[in-house]
Amino acid sequence: MRTDDLIDALAQDAQASGRGPTRAPPKRLAMVAGLGALAALVLMLAWLHTRHDLMPAMRGGMFWMKALYTGALGLAGYLAIERLSRPAGSGRRGWMLGGAVLGLFALAGVVQAMMSPDIQMALHMLRGHSWHVCSRNILMLGLPMLGLGLWAVRGMAPTRPVAAGFATGLFAGGVAATVYGLHCAENTFTFVALWYSLGVLSLAVLGALIGRWALRW
Amino acid sequence: MTDTETRLKALMLRGLDGDAAAYRECLAGLGVRLRAYFARRMSGAPGDVEDLVQETLLAVHLKRSTWDASQSFTAWAHAVARYKLIDHWRRRKVRQTLPIEDHIEFLAADEPEPGVGLELDRALASLPEKQRILVTDVKLTGLSLAEAGTRAGISEGAAKVALHRALKALAERMRRADG
Repeated sequence: MRTDDLIDALAQDAQASGRGPTRAPPKRLAMVAGLGALAALVLMLAWLHTRHDLMPAMRGGMFWMKALYTGALGLAGYLAIERLSRPAGSGRRGWMLGGAVLGLFALAGVVQAMMSPDIQMALHMLRGHSWHVCSRNILMLGLPMLGLGLWAVRGMAPTRPVAAGFATGLFAGGVAATVYGLHCAENTFTFVALWYSLGVLSLAVLGALIGRWALRW
Repeated sequence: MTDTETRLKALMLRGLDGDAAAYRECLAGLGVRLRAYFARRMSGAPGDVEDLVQETLLAVHLKRSTWDASQSFTAWAHAVARYKLIDHWRRRKVRQTLPIEDHIEFLAADEPEPGVGLELDRALASLPEKQRILVTDVKLTGLSLAEAGTRAGISEGAAKVALHRALKALAERMRRADG
């Protein structure tokens, strides 16, 4: 088949489908976030339930501080993948935001631990009541969105598969951790800076590992 | 050289708005550039040049929604071509590095003659018959999609869907062809 004949077929297809079936990355990623958040919410309600003091907690500052932190991590992932899903795109803006909020929260966590009266108290803050399940729960809640996101990004045109996978995982992790905040009653910077961050980062690393071979086109 | 960018970008924008003739002209102009780009880098394997041109044109078409219209079109297309070339080498296990290059060089003026691509025909042969007929029969001037559909025994609406599926399958098969 001559290249000119192929171009004819492509032009016919373009005319028939317009921009229709190939929506631009921001719209498709917004759909991924919506469906991913819904999946995490359903999973959380069925498996973990919301925290018993959800209503009073929502009047406190720490509930929103946690949501702000995890939401910012998700936004960082979005900013990175919105660029990395395109050829030669760079995730710099996303990495900078992600690094900055992670650094800020880690700092707040360390300061809070150091201000505690004794080492036992600091360790208690670090472990909270749920240190052994927190990261794992976030990982589980984020898996549906990670799968959905990788599938969507595969349909785009990432040229850096590992970075694109990492960004997709960060995006999914931020959304999942925000939903997890409706269940989890931990309320210290120290706890959130360590275990929430680990949960989110585990999704990002998983995304990078899968992306390495899955995000080829 | 920036003339090429201005011209191709304008054609692409019109093509995205449904102007098939402009879209065709854009891909044809891009094809010339791609051929020169690959030919310069693959002097050892001239037979592969046309295969890569066709694989890249398919990718440009199927991934066109990832082009941000506020950015340069030729820079985007160059990034697609570069990715396809590196992927080609990776699959062939050729150890070769591609220096970071300015996309202006991608617009250089030489125009080698089109070669004969073999992979596309091989990929076509593996498609279901109706899809194959559609891909080979539709012409911008000549057989319309509706007429090609009639020849394949399906409605125009079904022909649209089948053509799109066929192109996606072709892209996937060409990518895996030399894996």
